[in-house]
Amino acid sequence: MHSDAIVIGAGAVGAACARALAGAGLTVTVLDASGAAAGTSGQGEGNLLVSDKLRGPELSLAMRSLELWDGLQRELDDELPPGIPPLEYERKGGLVVATTDDGAAPLLDFAAQQRAAGIDARPLTAAEALDLEPDLNPAVTAAVFYPEDAQVQPVNATEALLASARARGARTVFGARVIAALPAASDRLTGVRTTRGDFTADHVILAAGPWSGEVAACLGASLPVRPRRGVVLVTTRMPHRIFHKVYDADYVAAVESDAASLQTSSVIESTAGGTVLVGSSRQQRGFDDALDLTAVREIAEKATRVFPFLAGASVMRVYGGFRPFLPDHLPVIGPDPAVAGLWHATGHEGAGIGLALGTAELLRDLVTGRAPQLEPGAFAPSRGTLAAA
Amino acid sequence: MLPPERDPIAPAAPEAVTIIVDGIPVSGVAGQSVAGVMLAAGRLAWRTTAAARRPRGVFCGIGVCFDCLVEVNGARDVRACQRIARDGDVVAFQDETLPGGAA
Amino acid sequence: MTRVAVVGAGPAGLAAASAALRAGAEVTLLDAAAATGGQYWRHLPPSRPAAREARLHQGWRDFTMLSRAVARHPRATVIAGAQVWAVEPCAFGDRAPTLQYAVGDADGSDRDVRTLSPDALVLATGAHDLTLPFPGWDLPGVFTGGAAQALAKSERVAVGERVVVAGAGPFLLPVAASLLSAGAEVAGVFEASPAGTLAAGWASGAASVAAMPHKLGELAGYVVGQLRGRVPYRAGAGVIAAHGIDRVEAVTVAALDADWRPIPGTERVIACDAVAVSHGFTPRLELAIAAGCALADDFDKLNPAGLDGLDPAHFDGLNPAGLDRLNPAEPAAPRPWSRFVAVDDDQRTSVPRVFAAGEVTGIAGADAALREGGLAGWLAAGGDPGDRRVAAARRRIARYRGFARALDAAHGIRPGWTDWLTRETTVCRCEELSYGRLTDVLEATGSRSIRALKLATRAGLGPCQGRICGRTVESIAAARNGAPLDGVVIDRRPIAAPIRFSELARLPHPEERHEP
Repeated sequence: MHSDAIVIGAGAVGAACARALAGAGLTVTVLDASGAAAGTSGQGEGNLLVSDKLRGPELSLAMRSLELWDGLQRELDDELPPGIPPLEYERKGGLVVATTDDGAAPLLDFAAQQRAAGIDARPLTAAEALDLEPDLNPAVTAAVFYPEDAQVQPVNATEALLASARARGARTVFGARVIAALPAASDRLTGVRTTRGDFTADHVILAAGPWSGEVAACLGASLPVRPRRGVVLVTTRMPHRIFHKVYDADYVAAVESDAASLQTSSVIESTAGGTVLVGSSRQQRGFDDALDLTAVREIAEKATRVFPFLAGASVMRVYGGFRPFLPDHLPVIGPDPAVAGLWHATGHEGAGIGLALGTAELLRDLVTGRAPQLEPGAFAPSRGTLAAA
Repeated sequence: MLPPERDPIAPAAPEAVTIIVDGIPVSGVAGQSVAGVMLAAGRLAWRTTAAARRPRGVFCGIGVCFDCLVEVNGARDVRACQRIARDGDVVAFQDETLPGGAA
Repeated sequence: MTRVAVVGAGPAGLAAASAALRAGAEVTLLDAAAATGGQYWRHLPPSRPAAREARLHQGWRDFTMLSRAVARHPRATVIAGAQVWAVEPCAFGDRAPTLQYAVGDADGSDRDVRTLSPDALVLATGAHDLTLPFPGWDLPGVFTGGAAQALAKSERVAVGERVVVAGAGPFLLPVAASLLSAGAEVAGVFEASPAGTLAAGWASGAASVAAMPHKLGELAGYVVGQLRGRVPYRAGAGVIAAHGIDRVEAVTVAALDADWRPIPGTERVIACDAVAVSHGFTPRLELAIAAGCALADDFDKLNPAGLDGLDPAHFDGLNPAGLDRLNPAEPAAPRPWSRFVAVDDDQRTSVPRVFAAGEVTGIAGADAALREGGLAGWLAAGGDPGDRRVAAARRRIARYRGFARALDAAHGIRPGWTDWLTRETTVCRCEELSYGRLTDVLEATGSRSIRALKLATRAGLGPCQGRICGRTVESIAAARNGAPLDGVVIDRRPIAAPIRFSELARLPHPEERHEP
């Protein structure tokens, strides 16, 4: 069966790409080795953040994506069947706090640079921070509020984007693992062979997150994407006491870090279900998903420093996800430099939900030959910072 | 609870414990679970569900379903069917309302 | 000296501990409950001994002998109130997994957090009731059979004055008997499987069943004798709804066909103030999964013949790591009702130094659990595999496995049960998910991912973590959309019991961990 485009990967990024391409009039087939949102998208918090970004291409992508997320629910309201769960989109705002004297100055410096780049980053006094979050540790040494930070429920968002893509004529095929490129007369990729048969297309978009490297290899391409593990603790349901996304100032450093060793910092927020999510850690250890109690203990310790009342809360679940990590910390969005007809959309690390809509828009513009809204060069798979890796 | 004098297995004479349930003293027997004390006192339900605000009490009775959660001496999320009642324990019913006060 | 840890102090765990001591090991026996005995031998607390406790139990002498032998042994440490909340596999495979456990009041805030790194581990974590949803099952006054029995046995509390007992399996009879002993009236016992299914099922295992007079006694003699003339028993019928405003006031009982579909026109309403319903058992797999043990979902794969260890090919699609996403062999339709820890004829799991025994390896009753536990404990302790008792135990266990098959053939869950659900029926009790909502999401998404389905519906995300609804949801999803493809095992719970932040913060740092 032939389509204009195949999207490999039914996570948030693949779903957003499928919807954007179908919206541009292309026939689209989405293939996934497993099911929708079965990988990274089902294992994260659904962060839509600007608070952890600095000036640069990723910030532009994040800001464009946030704008698109803000309008998405309205666009979807009319198209989706009632069984699609709500996005739980909420622009709740983020509060970054330092709890040590050493941490205060770097946080305020970082916020000043962000303001210069156009991010709404508002330094608060401890009293103002406690007005926003009354249960916060009163020993806060610095606090910055980011009203633009938002969140969605990532699985629901993925399912909604896929359902919207289907409403625009796209097809989803689950349980189809890509085995190889289809043999072709030309050196252009003409389709893929999967465990559920052959699929041909003019364009193949690879959005398989941390598994993109393996799939790329099947298709004769190479992509230095690696998994970076993150762990999140989930509490039992409790009375609503945490009202924003609250991070300690270590979070930014952990996101930006190249270290393979374990790094943890607090990312704490309530969910619509009444539970509290407490993250997060970042560690490179392949696809090993064994429970890491060192990470769990560190996360718990840091979270109780931010919200002392959490000491009595119960953790009922821990989940770990693998985030697609590229050596220069930027996603790849664009054509493969070696295999014509192959496109990449991955490498967003822990920000894939937040960046999905801007990524899809940029990819659609590149595939269909439209003038892109964003400068694509920084995200090009051919960039030198990847070749060196 | 079956009175010991009528009980075919002839248990030893019970030693009383009293716990405070939602502000009211309730008597039970040493070694009983918090749930058992409440059930024996005629209380079938104590938790209220988050969404539909429905009453719940013991369901599985062996610590698996977590339907019987109560607050004991200020600590939430205690399975009433698993916690052995101690004299003077203060048992409160958990507030399970969802964020935004969704009813 | 070999250090053996045994988790679970029911029949299998006690037998394992006892055998490991006989083989010369140092044994630590952990159980979350306040006393040993498990669910099977739940009894009055030591503060309130009963002169005729044995009347409530099968094999009470076995319990008193085993528990005394273990408790008094100088090489044994029995720790009650020990909640194992995590298991860390050994990274190099040269040791048994490490147990993280908390000791103190159940769900307390100031429990003592401890670590145990044994040479060998026996998992005897047992099973809990499997109760299928029905309209009104979330009303107060609806209990599992296990709840009715536990409260009757260990507290002498009857869950109601007039109780209806329903579900499937021989366990319904002791539930009714213990209710009677605690002073309740039993308005009826309703077995879902019709008489024809029961006869055919038990006949299919005739040889192994007939070889076990004790087993037959459990079914026919002891219990039925107590019930005869006092309790109406009916096969091929089930409770299909419970009624009441804030508590149960009545139930609807209907005749069921061979597939457990309610037969229209047969409904009748029975007044009662409580109902005890169990349709079978769910093994408590979380510790075994965390340890890395392979699972299997049919009898042949559960107990592969021969002693050469387990063939990993048996376990495609059931890898508990669940993230081998690029290599999922298209799994056959899952059989969530019969998924257990896979063991070989020595009760060895797929993980070196880890054994499993009792209901966690298949539902075959307490006699089987005693034999399996004994074998597992002996071999875990390094006992002589050539000992004549080993061969005898293997033979007995093989027969009990025949019994387990017959039990499943006679009483196993049939697909027609979903016919008694309405759109409004609660499926996930914790998150108050209705059957209608679940099927709407399945329809709209075509979901083939257990993980995504849980997050999209909230099924299994509440405090019980899918212990009650998990297998039901998996079964409904597979029937509608095909087998899940994401390799996620719904019984996987790396945090095996809730643990407080204050307790996590007290965990020893890795460099401080004592690993002799």
